[in-house]
Amino acid sequence: MNLRTFLLGTCSAVALAGLAQAETLTIATVNNGDMIRMQKLTDDFTSKNPDIQLEWVTLEENVLRQRVTTDIATKGGQYDIMTIGTYEVPIWAKQGWLLPLDKLGPDYDVDDLLPAIRSGLTIDGKLYAAPFYGESSMVMYRKDLFEKAGLTMPDAPTWDFIADAARKITDKDNEIYGICLRGKAGWGENMAFLTATANAFGARWFDENWKPQFDQPEWKNTLDFYVKLMNDAGPPGASSNGFNENLSLFQTGKCGMWIDATVAASFVTNPKESTVADKVGFALAPDTGLGKRGNWLWAWNLAIPAGSQKADAAQKFIAWATGKDYLKLVAEKEGWANVPPGTRTSLYENPEYQKAAPFAKMTLDSINAADPKNPAVKPVPYVGVQFVAIPEFQGLGTAVGQVFSAALAGQMSVDQALASAQQLTTREMTKAGYIK
Amino acid sequence: MARNVSTGRKLITTVVAWTIAILIFFPILWTFLTSFKTEAQAIASPPVFLFFDWTTENYSEVQSRSDYLKHFMNSVVVSFGSTLLGLLIAIPSAWAMAFAPTKRTKDVLMWMLSTKMMPPVGVLVPMYLMFRNWGLLDTRTGLVIVLTLINLPIIIWMLYTYFKEIPGEILEAARMDGASLAKEIIYVLTPMAIPGIASTLLLNIILAWNEAFWTLNLSAAKAAPLTAFIASYSSPEGLFYAKLSAASTMAIAPILILGWFSQKQLVRGLTFGAVK
Repeated sequence: MNLRTFLLGTCSAVALAGLAQAETLTIATVNNGDMIRMQKLTDDFTSKNPDIQLEWVTLEENVLRQRVTTDIATKGGQYDIMTIGTYEVPIWAKQGWLLPLDKLGPDYDVDDLLPAIRSGLTIDGKLYAAPFYGESSMVMYRKDLFEKAGLTMPDAPTWDFIADAARKITDKDNEIYGICLRGKAGWGENMAFLTATANAFGARWFDENWKPQFDQPEWKNTLDFYVKLMNDAGPPGASSNGFNENLSLFQTGKCGMWIDATVAASFVTNPKESTVADKVGFALAPDTGLGKRGNWLWAWNLAIPAGSQKADAAQKFIAWATGKDYLKLVAEKEGWANVPPGTRTSLYENPEYQKAAPFAKMTLDSINAADPKNPAVKPVPYVGVQFVAIPEFQGLGTAVGQVFSAALAGQMSVDQALASAQQLTTREMTKAGYIK
Repeated sequence: MARNVSTGRKLITTVVAWTIAILIFFPILWTFLTSFKTEAQAIASPPVFLFFDWTTENYSEVQSRSDYLKHFMNSVVVSFGSTLLGLLIAIPSAWAMAFAPTKRTKDVLMWMLSTKMMPPVGVLVPMYLMFRNWGLLDTRTGLVIVLTLINLPIIIWMLYTYFKEIPGEILEAARMDGASLAKEIIYVLTPMAIPGIASTLLLNIILAWNEAFWTLNLSAAKAAPLTAFIASYSSPEGLFYAKLSAASTMAIAPILILGWFSQKQLVRGLTFGAVK
């Protein structure tokens, strides 16, 4: 081969490559079972859309949050699709950081999305993110331990019943603890649980004028109840337990009850991972008769950053990943039990799904019971059940979470913790301009 | 002159040394063992130590899910690239500070070190904007530059202390024989400082390999090194400890092996000066 043929060959190869060049979408996502499953199933999408290629960036939730926030705030343009939570969507949409999803196609059926989930993602009548999977919280309990103690779990228990049952089941000599709850400090850790629980106790973060409410009796009742219950019936070292620590305690048979995300249901009933897989029952998150259940609402959603050059392709992908056909695809390949839950009404009407997922009804009822626009008994100026959808909340929630965690650990009294929470929240909210 | 050391004393020193070594090594050993367990065994309580059904299922799962080789190559390019580039800049500057000091040399050294005292997140946004404007986001070049910059103070400080140990008279003699500045540095100084340079090189490769703030924040899909590979297996909602351990083992194995083989060089370099 002489130089000329070589050069000609190279030129035509380059030209051909240029012609055939597909659009590549970079998708940032979290590391959880449903997202990983989606990555494995993308052949279905790329075979239908040969001109679109996909590149995945999977990161741990907190790393991902920092990463995508930096990128979107600086218009870095590293990602074409971002996986974000219900906390970010309203804040980012208001900032003008997200594109409205208006080209999802005629088959998408937006009205099929669960109303509670959809309302959290809709701002001024426009959908800014499409839910990939949704979750709430509920009570998971050990049927065998309840039977032994002569107790029956109602479908919709009260906090008094839960506390009473937890104390009865506790057998510290045999390392059985009546109840496992989150205690690890963090806005998405103990504060997710405590904020949602406080709603059931009639408490709220702020009144209508953004004045912090930790000095009110409702918060004292909530925290007092929680600390006493955990001291009597919780596992040792509960102040450092988050979702994973409690999951591990529950799966190894050390908890009588666990109140946490509905996504846990598929873990604790999996005989490969859980020693108590066949002994788990479910109930709605408890209330105190004030009309609000202490269950939260969360969804992982796909959204497109504003200014994206590949918005059309990105919407195509989102329509595929959050559409009805995707649910069928997962069911075909991995069975109905593995379908991402909590986004579509039609899924819960599907008899095959109801048969395969014993926790389906409870998940749906829990999600429907949550109201992000009216989370507390009293009126509030914010959106969000287990969080307050303002940018300051990540820092505030974590700081308050630290004092509450210290109260649980016995390093300070409940009164001290509440006074300190009130003080630091007032200071930050004044600084941020909410309190005039 | 060697001291007379009694067997009893030797025994105590040996036992103490081994205890400390095992304590330090234990987390790595535990990660290694966990990577061969099932997810259920990984969280078993009481923990199982050696007697479990060893499985390589986690490794095949990790391998099938992510492209290890791509991340590995990025790590190699970024850590070696930044260290070599850093040495290229640091050798002349350390030479200047060690053999031609001015009255401000100490201040300059302190000032360089002071850049390490700021938490990196404080400059994340300005750095991100610069990288965006220069098109360096998610490129290996960008990561090499940033890691060179953050490790440069350490490289210069290490080399400076090694160079200080070398008598200036030897360099003067070379100068008397007519060696140019470049020749003096390349043919006289560098060969004498090889142990010091080698340990600086190794230590900085390790530091760059493990650097997880900038490499995570400035990379996305293309330039992501092994730190991003590990981060993709960690999860606050879901117990994937065995898979995470397998990913961690795969990520640290290359650098562990490198450290093992260059142990002699590393120790010699770190104690260089004291036993000259």
